[in-house]
Amino acid sequence: MAVILTEDEAKALLQKVLKFSKADECEINISGEKSGNLRYARNEVSTSGSQLTQNLIVQSAFGKKVGVATTNEFSEEAFEKVVRQSEELAQLAPENPEYVGVLTPQQYKKTSGFFDSTANITPDFRAGAVAKSLELSRTQNLAAAGFWEDQHGYSAMMNSKQLFAYYPSTNVNFSLTVRTPDGTGSGYVARGYSDVTKLDIEAATKTAIRKSTGSLGAKALEPGKYTVILEPTAAAVLLENIFFNIDARSADEGRSFLSKQGGKTKLGEKIVDERINIYSDPAHPDLPSSPWAGDGQPMEKVNWIEKGVVKNMAYSRFWAQKKGVKPVPFPNNMVVAGGTATLEEMIASTKQGILVTKLWYIREVDPQTLLLTGLTRDGTFYIENGKIKHPVKNFRFNESPVIMLNNLETLGKSERVVSTETNRNYLIPPMKIREFTFSSLSDAV
Amino acid sequence: MAGLGTGAMMLPGFASGRTVSPEALMEPWLDVAVKKRLADAALNAAKSKGATYADVRIGRYLNQFVITREDKVQNIVNTESYGVGIRVIANGCWGFAAVADAQSDAQIAKAAEDAVAIAKANSRLMKEPVELAPQKGFGEVSWKAPIKKNAFEVPVKEKVDLLLGVNDAAMKNGANYVNSVLFMVNEQKYFASTDGSYIDQDIHRMWPNFTVTAIDPASGKFQTRNSLSAPMGMGYDYLQTNPKDKVTGITTRYNMGYDMLEDITSAAQQAKMKLSAKSVEAGKYDLVLDPSHLWLTIHESVGHPLELDRVLGYEANFAGTSFATLDKWQSKSFKYGSDQVNLIADKTQVGSLGAVGWDDEGVNTKKWDLVKDGILVNYQAIRDQAKIIGEKESHGCCYADSWSSVQFQRMANVSLASGKTPLSVEEMIKDVKKGIYIIGDGSFSIDQQRYNFQFGGQLFYEIKDGKIAGMLKDVAYQSNTQEFWNSCVKVCDDRDYRLGGSFFDGKGQPSQSSAVSHGSSTARFNGVNVINTARKI
Repeated sequence: MAVILTEDEAKALLQKVLKFSKADECEINISGEKSGNLRYARNEVSTSGSQLTQNLIVQSAFGKKVGVATTNEFSEEAFEKVVRQSEELAQLAPENPEYVGVLTPQQYKKTSGFFDSTANITPDFRAGAVAKSLELSRTQNLAAAGFWEDQHGYSAMMNSKQLFAYYPSTNVNFSLTVRTPDGTGSGYVARGYSDVTKLDIEAATKTAIRKSTGSLGAKALEPGKYTVILEPTAAAVLLENIFFNIDARSADEGRSFLSKQGGKTKLGEKIVDERINIYSDPAHPDLPSSPWAGDGQPMEKVNWIEKGVVKNMAYSRFWAQKKGVKPVPFPNNMVVAGGTATLEEMIASTKQGILVTKLWYIREVDPQTLLLTGLTRDGTFYIENGKIKHPVKNFRFNESPVIMLNNLETLGKSERVVSTETNRNYLIPPMKIREFTFSSLSDAV
Repeated sequence: MAGLGTGAMMLPGFASGRTVSPEALMEPWLDVAVKKRLADAALNAAKSKGATYADVRIGRYLNQFVITREDKVQNIVNTESYGVGIRVIANGCWGFAAVADAQSDAQIAKAAEDAVAIAKANSRLMKEPVELAPQKGFGEVSWKAPIKKNAFEVPVKEKVDLLLGVNDAAMKNGANYVNSVLFMVNEQKYFASTDGSYIDQDIHRMWPNFTVTAIDPASGKFQTRNSLSAPMGMGYDYLQTNPKDKVTGITTRYNMGYDMLEDITSAAQQAKMKLSAKSVEAGKYDLVLDPSHLWLTIHESVGHPLELDRVLGYEANFAGTSFATLDKWQSKSFKYGSDQVNLIADKTQVGSLGAVGWDDEGVNTKKWDLVKDGILVNYQAIRDQAKIIGEKESHGCCYADSWSSVQFQRMANVSLASGKTPLSVEEMIKDVKKGIYIIGDGSFSIDQQRYNFQFGGQLFYEIKDGKIAGMLKDVAYQSNTQEFWNSCVKVCDDRDYRLGGSFFDGKGQPSQSSAVSHGSSTARFNGVNVINTARKI
């Protein structure tokens, strides 16, 4: 049996598995994926591999007693076994008062996240692309360490109320660190696309090379508050901490940055600059994602923050029922709407500031304020009178993305970026921020 | 995820593999004779295709999670993953292939052939052939973690009752919310290589943990307190409490036995106390760091920079490189820390997460010095790196997180040796004029070459003129690795020695997780920069 199933094949397989169910309710998720990767360091290929994986998850419920079992074996015998196992676990489990039952069939938006160009990548194509990148760094006597990973696959689900959903997708992520031979300069680039034809590996490599050689001879600046221009790769790892914390239940329970005095939440309140609009949309052409959530809920376009105001929080079906509101599933993608400025214009309009191209080892310091710490890495530059003056030594920062978005000066054009912390793809603009807090210097290059 | 994972948040992602019913976890696995037959099929196939070296790992990986909040069980998950990974050297180059659920010699021989084909293909891009440090074969041997009670044999109901019981205690002691988890791991690994080893190992790990949240609705503020347990290379016996495993003081801490009920009771009270604790005044303080906190600082500022692959640049695109360059080691005079500082790597320590008989390339495990009397003396290296630092044999710290992942250099347990002069924590605190006593691990971040770091914690106590003056909050300290370890003036004696650790040390692309312990006694560091982390949004 093929690992990557078509919609019809997936439907037929799900129907077959569902027939084994003896539970009150049953929900089955399946997925199949082929991924290939190539890793290199010190200008040499270090490891490469490919993986073919598939998974089947069965959730069975007797009343409110729920059990889950999964298998990676796709045979008639294994299907029956995994259904029986989920039923056994359900019988062993105590009642879960938060179980809300399976959904009836839903309507989904049409989104297209599957590109043949990416699905047809061969090991030769991968090696050829990487060879182009390696050649550029080798000929300039720079040391390259990089990672290419492409994936194509599908996910599908069906439940005992005949809900069926299917979504095929592709993705390619490429990242590269270029270091000078003496280790005093380092530059980075990361690109992610659904369609590999959009990936210009030579242009990406040149960006990393430019940052690497440009970061030679970095000077130390005193830590303190600075105007910064965050390139999208740097902004993404801060902003995703807002995306991860939009849960309504945590806010209602009083343990979120969206909670406030008296057991209330900030829903409907302005929390950041009015130019900030954050939304999710599975049908966005530059960031397509699955139009359904894991339990079959349809994913719609949702405005989370509109003109700086919290418009929506994520409600699980249980919490929505308890609060008497409409459920809002956690988004499958996230877009921060951009402005019109180019990065060059943002630099040109800066009297004094720091251009931050990448941030590293981001950790939450205080969940109450979303205070984060981390460091700049692989290319940090001082701007004076509208021009990049010289590279600067790396800083540690302590800053909250909420405070940061209140100190917004300018928004640039949104572009697709890969989070260096979580590998997720977003659409994020470069942004100019005043009074960004750098708390100490780092000797790291 | 770069660097160390963030504990319980990682649970859903970690619960991969095939889920089985509790009873199925107790089914006996393949007989050792069958594993030897399958292994020989792989080794013979690899050799016949031209491999000059081959090793095979036949693995069965079991996980169990019991996840609760307040009075509810959120999930009970059992997973099982079985497969075979084959690594070869052909034309001087590494190749690797893995096959899931392999039952027949033919399936395994095919994967071995694939591994050889990949090695031959990649050898065209290679400049220098792989050179392995010699390793004798051990014949047919086995190693079993010295556990007293297999956690997978304990009925699910007993685990659920334990967690709901501790949650109840938290709620009765003032918690507003509580999340608790039991996380159990069993790795059944069979390794064989063309060096003539057939190694059967049974490894167990256990991590009970919780987070208690206290809320002040009037101010809208909340505080949390996480468990002071450590993930351990132990069975369910870690949950059998014994007074000799308790370290009493301002709060009780635990050694080889964890009293979850007692800890959560204290946690609920302390989370409430944190709400009204004094916000720290930023400045320089002498820090007294408990082992439940110091393990993480050791992990980030010693364990990682002394991994030889990082030093050489193999992790440059992800985890980073290292400030501890070869020239510093070669000088034999690089002052990593004060002369109080002795840091030891150890893959044999009983009860630790890293303890095994042999590593994932058939090297018998050992203990060695990294920093001796403050001087950098060694790194952590595996067979294909040993010659770079003039070693005749590997340190035995090679690991893969699954049968399907390729093994590579991972951190051994790296620990701070206890002080040689008798010294208790109370005696240490008596000498501190202006200090902070930190217990438990919190927020953590370090740069890609391991110079600049920042750490938080769970409990902070102000020390004034040799006495504990009360609880503090909003504390984090920042330092530079070399400066910090050189500010270490005293380490308590081995009566205070305890292990901390993590299930989720991340490294490599695609990223692999490794479990590692770090031991120490309470230690004092003078004049460290403390910042105040309170903000208003």
